[in-house]
Amino acid sequence: MLLLANRISLGTFHVIKSFLPWIKSNGNSCNYVLIGACLVLFSSCSAPSNVEKAVDEQILHFGLGSEPQYLDPHLANSVSAHNVIIALIEGLVSEDPKTLKPVPGVAEKWDISEDGLVYTFHLRKNAKWSNGDPVTSHDFVYSYRRILNPELASQYASMLHGLKNARKYHEQGLSWEDAKVGAIALDNHTLQLTLENPTPYFLELLNHYSWFPAHPSTIERFGAFGKQGTAWTRPGNYVGNGAFTLSDHKVNSVIEVKKNPLYWDAQTVTLEGIRFYPIESADTEERAFRSGFLHLTQTVSPDRIDFLKANNPDLIHFESYLGTYFYRFNVEEPPFDDVRVRLAFNLATDRQAIVEKVTKGGQLPARCFTPPGTGGFSPESRFRFDPQKAKALIKEYLDEKGLKSLPKIELKYNTSEGHKKVAEALQGMWKSHLGAEIQLLNMEWKVFLSTIAKRDFALARAGWIGDYVDANTFLHMWRTGDGHNNTGWSDARYDELLELAAQESDTQKRFSYFEECEKLIAENAPILPIYFYVHVTLRSPTVKGWYPTLLDHHPYKYVHLESIAGNN
Amino acid sequence: MVKFILVRILQAIPTLFVIATLTFFMTRLAPGGPFDSEKNIPDEIKEKLEAHFGLDKPLHEQFILYIGNLLQGDLGPSFKYMGWEVSELIAKAFPVSAQLGMLSLFTALLIGLPAGIIAALRKNSAYDYFLMISAMLGICLPTFVLGPLLILIFSSWLGWLPPLGWYAFSDMILPSLTLGLFYGAYIARLTRAGMLETLNQDYIRTARAKGASPLRVVLRHALKGGLLPVVTFLGPAFAGLISGSFIIESIFFIPGLGRFFVTAAFNRDYTMVLGTVLFYACLIIILNLVVDIIQASLDPKSREK
Repeated sequence: MLLLANRISLGTFHVIKSFLPWIKSNGNSCNYVLIGACLVLFSSCSAPSNVEKAVDEQILHFGLGSEPQYLDPHLANSVSAHNVIIALIEGLVSEDPKTLKPVPGVAEKWDISEDGLVYTFHLRKNAKWSNGDPVTSHDFVYSYRRILNPELASQYASMLHGLKNARKYHEQGLSWEDAKVGAIALDNHTLQLTLENPTPYFLELLNHYSWFPAHPSTIERFGAFGKQGTAWTRPGNYVGNGAFTLSDHKVNSVIEVKKNPLYWDAQTVTLEGIRFYPIESADTEERAFRSGFLHLTQTVSPDRIDFLKANNPDLIHFESYLGTYFYRFNVEEPPFDDVRVRLAFNLATDRQAIVEKVTKGGQLPARCFTPPGTGGFSPESRFRFDPQKAKALIKEYLDEKGLKSLPKIELKYNTSEGHKKVAEALQGMWKSHLGAEIQLLNMEWKVFLSTIAKRDFALARAGWIGDYVDANTFLHMWRTGDGHNNTGWSDARYDELLELAAQESDTQKRFSYFEECEKLIAENAPILPIYFYVHVTLRSPTVKGWYPTLLDHHPYKYVHLESIAGNN
Repeated sequence: MVKFILVRILQAIPTLFVIATLTFFMTRLAPGGPFDSEKNIPDEIKEKLEAHFGLDKPLHEQFILYIGNLLQGDLGPSFKYMGWEVSELIAKAFPVSAQLGMLSLFTALLIGLPAGIIAALRKNSAYDYFLMISAMLGICLPTFVLGPLLILIFSSWLGWLPPLGWYAFSDMILPSLTLGLFYGAYIARLTRAGMLETLNQDYIRTARAKGASPLRVVLRHALKGGLLPVVTFLGPAFAGLISGSFIIESIFFIPGLGRFFVTAAFNRDYTMVLGTVLFYACLIIILNLVVDIIQASLDPKSREK
């Protein structure tokens, strides 16, 4: 191949020479510079791509989407941060790569008390930090204390509020000792966690990075116990206990991790390293994938789905994702202060048409709020398409108010082609079924966020991705005063049902409370569910041990790269 | 000349202060903040978070603090890239953008100057029309169209060049070509106009009458005057080129300053926005000064002024 490149280069050189007669071909150094330039130009065609080299090197090239704001597990707040941190740090439990069910991690086994309130974890003795220190139960207690430390101002600290008295320490200003937080190191390798309520999904919860340990002496060395933005998360400083260690971090370019030989289960790990590229543009990501620069992309541009489905069905993957795409109503402002109008908009929404003709990525129409099958809970489909009934409700409303038609309504969404298409489709549906005039208003992301927080909208786009696989992660947001509610809707019975579900350990009873919650949502319609998310991604067939999972979690220690004839 | 340079540098100080003040207050007036996210956080946590970075203080106090730090050369920590200082990030990203800019400028000159000279010398010929139509196309075709088009040809179809990245020399060719063609088109038109003007001057006729060879007339006499509009254009163009292009850097996934600058605004990364704006301001002030000096050496009339 190199020989061929050389010949092409020489050929090019002669072509250039014929245009530039002042170049002499006998021994002039200028010739060599030109030949060199041509060689560089053409030799690149012979360089194997990342993906071609990867099978031998076992390096996974990963499209990360965006640059994570933090690599600190106690401060992280994004999917991209999750994707990097799970390579660097392991929690008490780990995840089965197919089902995401908890499997032993740092803890080799655990006991659960009969009332489901006390968990005793037995930590493996060969678990080590990447600097050689043993991972102890004290490290976990230290970590919980750090994330709950109000001075650290962690955005995800509330994930630990299920620990007994954690709130007292986090929010009420009590010291760790006085608050008596339910996290005790019984000895170096035994950790006892006591919960406020029996939490059937507690072990799954432990796979959220907020529960991950951090290396205490590293944190102390950088003064990071109650301080953000220290340099402990930089390569060279980062001490983790995961299957990989942080070897390089060039902001906006690449984050590189290498296999950690000190990891207790290093023999299971086949990958030698992972390179994460924060490529924000979906089109650039696709080009990177096509040229063999990436093994997998974070996303696919909606405009490309049809083409890729038709031409590369083996590379494009549609995987269920634990999330709901919906709209919020502002229930305190007319016309959506009237439940009939909210119901009418819901009834006039043809969700099937949206997923089939607009989003086209294999999404499921959302006829309830919690995605069916979340932790075994599948709510009844209550949000139906019935334009006749919708019309009747609107007529009733208009007659009662003495109006001829609905006032003009603003629909706000954050700027994105995908959101615009859905909004336009709905605008058309509501115009034809309800005669409603909807004005679309797109907003820049941060402006949109502050608009929602101030509840300065009538109707606004929203999305919610579950943090763990349990209906609670969806339903809790509609509690009275919840920071994510933002609709103004409140229902005492709803709050009570969630409280009852939290204290209940019987699965069926919990589900019946959740079902009643769903019913209240459908009857009061503070929201308009549209579809359940699907994660659309491009993935090379050489990536093995990678399974579709609801949370899009993929424990890297089970991933490896295999060559496939004729494919990259 | 020394006095001229000193005066210009002294003039730069109030300019920079005004830029810093305007940018500071404009970023703060934009709705939303660096820590707003879809996951709502309780107000007390948000207050602590803001206190961490001094955002809880009254705005004027924040401003005085910022200017104080600035005078000590401290641009502050980035709010988006936690654990990194703004100055560090600029120091890493600017060389990348500068490299891309230099290569693009080189490409632009390599294409633009000969094209402009040939078009001027062969005025109203087929060469002239072809070159000027191509230049017009180059100016009209936005880089976000030209970039993917070049990738399609040289990377997807021919497989000669990588479609993205900034690792080897071969990665640099397509982005430099994309930017270079755009600027080269401008340079071609400016060179043609400048050359046409000088070629009609009396001193050119004198040179020809004295028997200077055509090549000597063009290179030695006409080019010096003909390049004046190009030099004026090159100042801001050079600043624009080396300060990075968000579009090119996004298309080709290049970790340059342009991407940092634009995403900082989206992220409300106040310190990063201020840092990059001030950095750009300094760069443009310096480059304008350099252009004035070069122009003075090329044009005796402006030297007298």
